[in-house]
Amino acid sequence: MEMKVTDLAVARGGVPLLAGVSFTLAPGRALILRGPNGSGKTTLLRALAGLQPPLAGEMSFDREAVAYGGHADGLKAQMTVTENLTFWAAVHGLREIDPALTAFDLEGLRDRLAGTLSAGQKRRLGLARLMVTGRPLWLLDEPTVSLDTASVGLFAEAVRGHLARGGMAVIATHIELGLPEAEVLDVGPLKAVLPAAQLDDFDEAFL
Amino acid sequence: MIALLTRDLKLAVRAGGGFGLGLAFFLILVALVAFGVGPESALLARIAPGILWVGALLACLLSLDRIFALDREDGSLDLLATAPLPMEGIVTVKALAHWITTGLPLVVAAPLLALMLSLPGEGYLWLFLSLLLGTPALSVLGTFGAALTVGLKRGGLLMSLIVLPLYVPTLIFGAEVARRGAGGLSVEVPLLLLAGITCATLALLPFASAAVLRVNLR
Repeated sequence: MEMKVTDLAVARGGVPLLAGVSFTLAPGRALILRGPNGSGKTTLLRALAGLQPPLAGEMSFDREAVAYGGHADGLKAQMTVTENLTFWAAVHGLREIDPALTAFDLEGLRDRLAGTLSAGQKRRLGLARLMVTGRPLWLLDEPTVSLDTASVGLFAEAVRGHLARGGMAVIATHIELGLPEAEVLDVGPLKAVLPAAQLDDFDEAFL
Repeated sequence: MIALLTRDLKLAVRAGGGFGLGLAFFLILVALVAFGVGPESALLARIAPGILWVGALLACLLSLDRIFALDREDGSLDLLATAPLPMEGIVTVKALAHWITTGLPLVVAAPLLALMLSLPGEGYLWLFLSLLLGTPALSVLGTFGAALTVGLKRGGLLMSLIVLPLYVPTLIFGAEVARRGAGGLSVEVPLLLLAGITCATLALLPFASAAVLRVNLR
């Protein structure tokens, strides 16, 4: 399956942020989204994940292939690491969680409540969740927040393994992930331009 | 879906899950009414069906805002929305989990509390049956209210204002079943209407809840 996005425009809170976003992603490839704060990376990822409708443009890929990883990890503080992962695996119809625990060095924390983990450990658990979804397209929003250098290495290794299995990844990040083979899309220049005339009309309605 | 149900039930009984809060509230409310009205068993017996129904309804309301708010805060709701479960299924499971943790304990406890309000002997079966039939509707309607207000901070009060009027038909016919049962009259008509209301909400509201949830996630 190839991911193809053509002339996508997205808005947040009614304000158009990005316009004319186009890219193609083949299996086994990753795309890094770059751009300053507030440029619309999160909104773009949420639109790709199907959480909000785009303003315009076309996306051709299987919605059921998407595993989304946002700013929040979706962990329940009162459940253990194993219970959290097992839940997400069950939701996606899978059972095996050990490879994910190993990949993110969580074996020693199996029976700890997620609420007692450190911020970095929580994030690692949140990323391990991606591996138990069994889905080929990872959409990740700032996945390395609160990770130390070693954990960023683990994450890059996990992404590389995922790509090697024919998966795809779209990652919004500000830091160097150590994935030189990934393509880079800078969303900065794609900022949506507000049509000036339309703005004037809008104001006049209140004057 | 079963995984989601077992997770929600597990979370409800763990620390901070709020299981039993509604039940405790129900108990206290009924006790307060008994104390407030005083030792007049004839008067208590007359108002018992109504008090028990209003109490059950308010106890149900207490835990509604937790249905989606917690999942929204920790990001699970976004992840569930992208998971292979249909949104209608998610809201139905959430309503079912709410009913099992809040509605079902109320149904079981109500006949015991009715003793405190000296409900006549013929009324117990009908009180139990009317609550058993009516509380699923309360959970489903409440899930709709919770879905409507999920994005709002301090949305609890607004949700109560939205949900309580929706509870009126269930309350009227539910309390009527219990009242007629206690008075030894025929309960057929209000019982059928109550069942009808519950069936209609179960059939229609999951679609409405799923639709507003999708809009609120944007």
